[in-house]
Amino acid sequence: MTSLPETTERRLGLVIDLDICVGCHACAVNCKEWNTGGHMAPLTDIDAYEAGQDGVWFNRIHSFEVVPDESGPNGGGPGQTVHFPKSCLHCAEPACVTVCPTGASYKREEDGIVLVNEDICIGCKLCSWACPYGAREFDTDQGVMKKCTLCIDRIYNENLEEVERVPACVSTCPVSARHFGDLGDPNSEVSRLVEARGGYDLMPEMGYRPTNKYLPPRPRRCGDSEADSQAGQAPEPEAAARPENPLLRWADMLLSR
Amino acid sequence: MHPAASVIFFTVFSGIGYGLMTLLGLSATLGWLPREPVMGAVGLGIAAAAVTAGLLSSTWHLGRPERAMRAFSQWRSSWLSREGVLAVATYGPLLLLAYVWIFSPDSASFALWSLLTAALALATVYCTAMIYRSLRPIPQWATPWTVANYMLLGLAGGAVWLVAIAQAFGAMRLEFAAFALAALALAWLAKRAYWRYIDTAPVTSTAETATGLGHIGRVRKLEGPHTEANYLLKEMGYRVARKHAAKLRRYAQGLAFLMPALVVALSSALSGFAGAALAVAAGVLVTAGLLIERWLFFAEAKHVVTLYYG
Repeated sequence: MTSLPETTERRLGLVIDLDICVGCHACAVNCKEWNTGGHMAPLTDIDAYEAGQDGVWFNRIHSFEVVPDESGPNGGGPGQTVHFPKSCLHCAEPACVTVCPTGASYKREEDGIVLVNEDICIGCKLCSWACPYGAREFDTDQGVMKKCTLCIDRIYNENLEEVERVPACVSTCPVSARHFGDLGDPNSEVSRLVEARGGYDLMPEMGYRPTNKYLPPRPRRCGDSEADSQAGQAPEPEAAARPENPLLRWADMLLSR
Repeated sequence: MHPAASVIFFTVFSGIGYGLMTLLGLSATLGWLPREPVMGAVGLGIAAAAVTAGLLSSTWHLGRPERAMRAFSQWRSSWLSREGVLAVATYGPLLLLAYVWIFSPDSASFALWSLLTAALALATVYCTAMIYRSLRPIPQWATPWTVANYMLLGLAGGAVWLVAIAQAFGAMRLEFAAFALAALALAWLAKRAYWRYIDTAPVTSTAETATGLGHIGRVRKLEGPHTEANYLLKEMGYRVARKHAAKLRRYAQGLAFLMPALVVALSSALSGFAGAALAVAAGVLVTAGLLIERWLFFAEAKHVVTLYYG
């Protein structure tokens, strides 16, 4: 059923901290590893060991350079590199679901996760056109659309230790730049993190109301600030004015403490 | 957007076919077109063949065409599903119209079937247009001009083919030529308005809004997530050089609007074989022009996901 639930009991999603992501791609690799045997398996690769290889991934890590505007808060400061992981944002208004002609795409009422039923997908690709974020990738081998499941086969999996019941990308992040939780609960850890750090939506102008939030990188220290310009300078002037006699110099230093 | 041949063929041929069946039925109901059985069979047959070929070609676009039946189920939310339901529903009154035209042209139900056919045919074209118009991530499609274009281009193409059929059966009237010229002129204006819109519409989504990093400064791609093209880049990242597009727009306008208009005008002054041959040539021209126009409709559309790829 491709009509959207009016509300969902919970809004499970990810919070991604752009301040500390180091762009190592471990989340993308572990996502591929888990999901190629998971709910939407396989994540087909085509010509994997040749030039021009192609394949389905649920998580892609972009890297951007941000050059501060002269007038901005970090005006005239150094440019910065921002590593930018991107996967399905499990939107509250996912047009990818409503455009689906078959009912294969759906948003779950209980937790807000957006899923594809591969058994009835006809592979018309319209949902991928309707997604501004590029979250859906077509499997040319299977002829159906694939997407992030928020690892529903991990987060509810009672065969896993409780600490492992998080999406594969979250469990593998070596710097804890990824957080998983209920963004519909204002008291959840992820909601508090979003509140504290000014977490934001990607392309809010599209009106999809994504569940996943991004935490902005903190401003970098500016190279020409007063503190920075003093660091690394020659010793303070009075040191040069100390007596030449070693004994007196030693005494001077001792008394200067 | 990648201009898939199957979808270009589908939208052009179904648009013309629905336009033609609408105009055939209404003209015969108004008494402008004689209810001559062979003409009815040939005219509606051509319209139905164009639509059917288009619908079948659209299934080549599917990854799992054997499941195509499932596409009729989600008409509550999906314009694609609504299009499918209406496309199939149109065959009902169309077949009944063809039946009465061939076997009992004086039947009182003639007007009913022709009006129903027209309503469902136009509604189907409207749904086709709405599939594209409702896609916010593709700003070049998410405009009311998309709907105006699809409706008017379908009617204009159908109007030119109506002239061809009327000429071929010696049933030409000046009204048909006048209607075709008016429809071509309107469609041309709407197409130019569409192009002006996509050339001048303010940009709402940028690399800055896509990443949310605009408050820091200007965002530039440093490194892509992968070295080879993926599905997203192949499907949405289609790029067509600007000067290429400008040239193709000129060809599309010449073939789809100017030349058919001239040839229809010339044809209306003639009768017999020369008139019919010219009118059919106008039909071929408008069809070729619309194929170029539709290729551009896809190739010039830029999906916002490309913002992540620099």
